[in-house]
Amino acid sequence: MRDVYGETLLELGKIYPNLIVLDADVSKSTKTISFAKTFPDRFFDVGIAEANLMGISAGIASTGKIVFASTFSVFASGRAYDQVRQSIAYPNRNVKIVATHCGVSAGEDGAMHQAFEDIALMRSISNMRVIAPSDGVETRKVIKKIVEIPGPFYLRLARPATPVIFDESYEFELGKGTILREGKDGVIIACGVMTYIALEATEILLKDGIDIGVVNMSSIKPIDAELISILSKNYRYIFSCEDHNIIGGLGSAIAEVLPPTEARLIRIGINDEFGDSGKFEELLKFYKLDSSSIAERIKEVILNDRI
Amino acid sequence: MCDLKRLAEIAKRVRYNTLYMITKAGSGHPGGSLSAVDIMVTLYFNVMRYKVEDPFWEDRDRFILSKGHACPALYAIFYELGIIKKEELDTLRKPGSRLQGHPDIKKLPWAEFSSGSLGQGLSFAVGVALAGKMDKKDYYTFVLIGDGESQEGQIWEAAMSARKFKLNNLIGITDRNGLQIDGETESIMPIDPLAYKWRAFGWNVLEIDGHNFSQIISAIEKAKENKESPTMIIAHTIKGKGVSFMENVVDFHGKAPSSKEWEIASVELGGDSIE
Repeated sequence: MRDVYGETLLELGKIYPNLIVLDADVSKSTKTISFAKTFPDRFFDVGIAEANLMGISAGIASTGKIVFASTFSVFASGRAYDQVRQSIAYPNRNVKIVATHCGVSAGEDGAMHQAFEDIALMRSISNMRVIAPSDGVETRKVIKKIVEIPGPFYLRLARPATPVIFDESYEFELGKGTILREGKDGVIIACGVMTYIALEATEILLKDGIDIGVVNMSSIKPIDAELISILSKNYRYIFSCEDHNIIGGLGSAIAEVLPPTEARLIRIGINDEFGDSGKFEELLKFYKLDSSSIAERIKEVILNDRI
Repeated sequence: MCDLKRLAEIAKRVRYNTLYMITKAGSGHPGGSLSAVDIMVTLYFNVMRYKVEDPFWEDRDRFILSKGHACPALYAIFYELGIIKKEELDTLRKPGSRLQGHPDIKKLPWAEFSSGSLGQGLSFAVGVALAGKMDKKDYYTFVLIGDGESQEGQIWEAAMSARKFKLNNLIGITDRNGLQIDGETESIMPIDPLAYKWRAFGWNVLEIDGHNFSQIISAIEKAKENKESPTMIIAHTIKGKGVSFMENVVDFHGKAPSSKEWEIASVELGGDSIE
């Protein structure tokens, strides 16, 4: 996803002469460095100063430019929360915050670098839109879409390379979820890296005769309330799936728009705790967010209910 | 461009209307508004280039009020410019009013920056000045920060970056009135030696009497001669300037005058001649 971000910025830099990129000393990691090398006059590294990163971005945006501001998600959403709220969101500045290393994808760096709260923080700010793309193709489509939509966005990108889900014919639409797989017994609504893991989980469940659908809900705010309403009528179980605290994240966003219904919402994510050190895959297992654990959890819920 | 005599007349009315609004609202920040009046009046009526009818004119000089709680003074200036109507002066801090407790640029784009969370205006100003350099524009970006506000760490993040980007088109002014809500800046959290701090960050630093129009004007002229570095003008001011019982009284940082106090203050501010 990060590599795609870097490539897409380059591509857009050629099309939009008023596109400016800022980073806070992590340009090699966020991949803004390729833009920096090609367009040195339109790239600014503000050093390890995330508050200033957001403030300068707002100031540049006030002159009619499109600004992409990047750092790790834990700093973009937490360290600079007040600047994002006051300097960017309140006056509705055209700043796209592209935050990398989200959730457990920060890996070995541990809890200090793992944002499990960023979706909650960002989506509760008025004017802010929150998107968590699920693969490289979608990341590119999202970036190309939001560059055309004025106002602030928070884009949540994972650190590792992720398997491809979408083909090039896919078009991202703000506020729309995508049905990737229809099922009979329930449906998973996932975002970010959890979408492909959810797809893997459904394969495991099929072996046990449980047929689960998958919806990619990369647009967390605005969320696709219409689709969620339809899903709640068609499925008895809705499982939300995110590498984020179950408080305030995708699951909460779904709960907020879920109509009064027979459908049960089960939120799968980080159960209100801080992160830990480890490889991405290790951490997924550690927090029971790998495909086997998710399949197990879903099976448990459905079988228990049947008894 | 107004001469010194005219600046003094405008400042007198601005002080009067600033305190009138705060009294009417029953809350607000008279001390730090009155200390900043002469600086802001000089900028708007002698120094800056702008079009009242077009707040988005891209060649305008920008004034960013980082110490957003001084906004009644800004609103009183907007009243002088015809941006705000007389009856609006009675709506400060009321629901739906354009005159919010801290500036809201969506309601009042002339304000340039929705300030109120202290420490953020200088970063924004760096962005505006940087964009001016990129676009080869000749506008200046002025930013007024409070002395207490200088305790915010973000001010110094911004200070470093302004020097890195050689923003000689950025002129900061510190309203050095020496007081903050809890007391004297030097006892709450010392910021002195302030001039040395800014110099150490690579800024050009000037110190003036912030109530002396000609000193304010000449300091800005000097700042504009600078080729490489941003300038910080430390303007020594008196909190509550113009009202005898408010001057240097910390309690009037964030307290509106009572109706009795307003009776006295309005006379001191030349109420007879204004109404």
